[in-house]
Amino acid sequence: MTPKRKKRLTIILGLVFGTALIVGLVMFSLSENINLFYSTSQIANGEAPVGTRIRAGGMVVDGSVKRSTDSLKVQFALTDYEQQVTVEFTGILPDLFREGQGIIAQGKMDANGIFQADEVLAKHDENYMPPEIAESMKKKQEAQK
Amino acid sequence: MIPEIGEFALIIALFLSAVLALVPMYGAATVNELWMSYAKPLAKGQFLFMLISFICLGYAFSQDDFSVIYVAQHSNSQMPIQFKLSAIWGGHEGSLLLWAFILSGWTLAVSLFSRSLPLDMLARVLSVMGIIATGFISFLLVTSSPFLRYLPSFPEDGADLNPLLQDFGLIVHPPMLYMGYVGFSVAFSFAIAALLSGRLDTAWARWSRSWTNIAWAFLGLGITLGSWWAYYELGWGGWWFWDPVENASLMPWLVGTALVHSLAATEKRGVFKSWTLLLAIFAFSLSLLGTFLVRSGVLTSVHAFASDPERGFFILMLLAITMGGSLTLYAFKAPNVKSESNFSWLSREVLLLVNNVFLTVMAVTVLLGTLYPLLIDALGAGKISVGPPYFNAVFVPIMGTMAVAMGISVAVRWRETSTKVVIDKLWLPAAISILCGLIFPFFYGSGFDFRVFIGISVSLWVISTVITEFIGKFRNAQSFSIKLKQLPFSYYGMMLAHIGVAVTAIGITLVSTYSEERDIRMAKGDSVELAGYQFIFQGTHVVKGPNYVADQATIEVLESGTFVVTLHPEKRRYNVKRNMMTEADIDAGLFRDLYVALGEPLNNGEAWAVRVHYKPYVRWLWLGGILMALGGLLTVADKRYRQSKAEPEDAYV
Repeated sequence: MTPKRKKRLTIILGLVFGTALIVGLVMFSLSENINLFYSTSQIANGEAPVGTRIRAGGMVVDGSVKRSTDSLKVQFALTDYEQQVTVEFTGILPDLFREGQGIIAQGKMDANGIFQADEVLAKHDENYMPPEIAESMKKKQEAQK
Repeated sequence: MIPEIGEFALIIALFLSAVLALVPMYGAATVNELWMSYAKPLAKGQFLFMLISFICLGYAFSQDDFSVIYVAQHSNSQMPIQFKLSAIWGGHEGSLLLWAFILSGWTLAVSLFSRSLPLDMLARVLSVMGIIATGFISFLLVTSSPFLRYLPSFPEDGADLNPLLQDFGLIVHPPMLYMGYVGFSVAFSFAIAALLSGRLDTAWARWSRSWTNIAWAFLGLGITLGSWWAYYELGWGGWWFWDPVENASLMPWLVGTALVHSLAATEKRGVFKSWTLLLAIFAFSLSLLGTFLVRSGVLTSVHAFASDPERGFFILMLLAITMGGSLTLYAFKAPNVKSESNFSWLSREVLLLVNNVFLTVMAVTVLLGTLYPLLIDALGAGKISVGPPYFNAVFVPIMGTMAVAMGISVAVRWRETSTKVVIDKLWLPAAISILCGLIFPFFYGSGFDFRVFIGISVSLWVISTVITEFIGKFRNAQSFSIKLKQLPFSYYGMMLAHIGVAVTAIGITLVSTYSEERDIRMAKGDSVELAGYQFIFQGTHVVKGPNYVADQATIEVLESGTFVVTLHPEKRRYNVKRNMMTEADIDAGLFRDLYVALGEPLNNGEAWAVRVHYKPYVRWLWLGGILMALGGLLTVADKRYRQSKAEPEDAYV
């Protein structure tokens, strides 16, 4: 091989190897870190896996928020106006968390059918509804027609 | 009356930018000097009318003119004046007006500070900027005019600005960020002008470089301010969330960083020309994509507000036209662009190429993670989100490897360097940084920590190589002070920016490893121990602000029995929308922050949920960001860029 060709071969091999490495890294991390979204009806129907980190979204049911008196534990129900799911969370809720407000919770389903949230997200604009919730509500409405 | 003047000025600005988009461009194509010379006055006129329009909106805000829909929705008579004025960009319409206004400002700056530019080049650059302005101002007028009125009857008082935005952060963060976003339009316009004229020489790279560096510095500063704002305002003590909108600002910054380096190689050595053009096109396209992501509400994000799809569609069309048009032009013209020199394996050119590859790969992985949920949704495969662990897993190793290359790059010369010289220069910094990295976790933490070892070693490596190289410059110098002055500003800028990267990396490493945090229920007299500090809750009392009422807590902090500071976190209730806001209180320090935020009252105010953080070295994150931006600005002060007349360099491609 001429030195020039050798140089080119090295470059190409380097590029192929590097690309493969990065694609591998990206695919692996993506497969590990994707959180699927489930509506409360899907969860109530048992479609959500137990023990896997997922996202659940819906409206906080009026009058459902119950606080523990001696810790930061809180329990509330989420709904898509069809079926409800009970959520448990320990910690500080976001400022815009309110009854009747749309929220998204991240966490896992436990064996008793309670959603154990480790993160609760409420958005900072009261007219705003996370696209996931808006769509699952829309599907409901269409299905009812 | 005033808002109508604003609207009218906007229409005139649209007209002027349309003329600017057409006439000088046509003049440049037909070599008509008169037509080309219209570019400057048109740029000035466009800026003047955008300024009038902007002032009119500001006036409407300051006068509480609630007959204007936008003002009524984003302001309130009780709001302090500085927030009334920054509320101009507190919503969709106004922030687009700011976007267009800053664009006209950049256009004006190019027309004023480019005396050394050949007339045809200037005409083309300004025309391309005119095209962009035409797109954005028509977007404003068609879908999102901030001057529309409530007629015939209007609300007595405004609906108030989102309390999160009633903060110093809103005053500085969006303008800085937009200065950066929109600033890349200059680099973009230079690239398009170069493709059109076929003129892509050292002089071109030099003009383009200073504008790019300024825009890059502003964008970096904007991101830094955003991170700092999120840290103290959102009340979770986080400084980066891998939120889609943060990613949207990070991507143009990464590509812009690659562009800054690639332009340096193009200027100094005449290499990577077509690559530089492509980066300039992508940096601006990603800025537009960022605007689209923020404004369309397609992704779940802290920044996403209720918005209508028509607007998102309009920006998507602008993006498609910009990318489609410029890439088509690139496809036709770029094959004519020839790079000039050759270089060996171990040369600054290759190291800059490595830097570019890394930065581009990072931008692509961030893009992938950000758009993946949209893609999956479009394919109908369900709703997903990509979590921060993805970004960390991909971003951190690439960033670390790149930092190793950064150290080598300052030690090698253009064209060729012998391996021996490089090893001679680098073995000592390498040994020192690895050693310090090994010792540090024992000294600072409780024991060896692999992440800390890597983070500290790599950061020290970047710093020590820069310093070694700097000292090496004086080895053969006769006088220290003369040599100090001889070194170009761009060299100092590079040093500062590289050290900035290392400082940020140290901050990220330490704050993510050694932070401590507790969420706890506290009644009066309760105390909690964290990282050697004792936080004593001494109850709350009510305080009144200009447009809110707050419960303010008093928390005393002791360190092994001695008083450190008293913190006053607040829980505010804003009068108009009745929404709650957490206002954290922070004792900031170079080596650690103490951060306290109130959750909600428990048992009818008998106790409170309290969040306590200990954040070591968190300030270093932003300090590094500021150093990088300063470095970028310093390069522009270089003598090379201040020549009033360009030297005749007829290196036409």
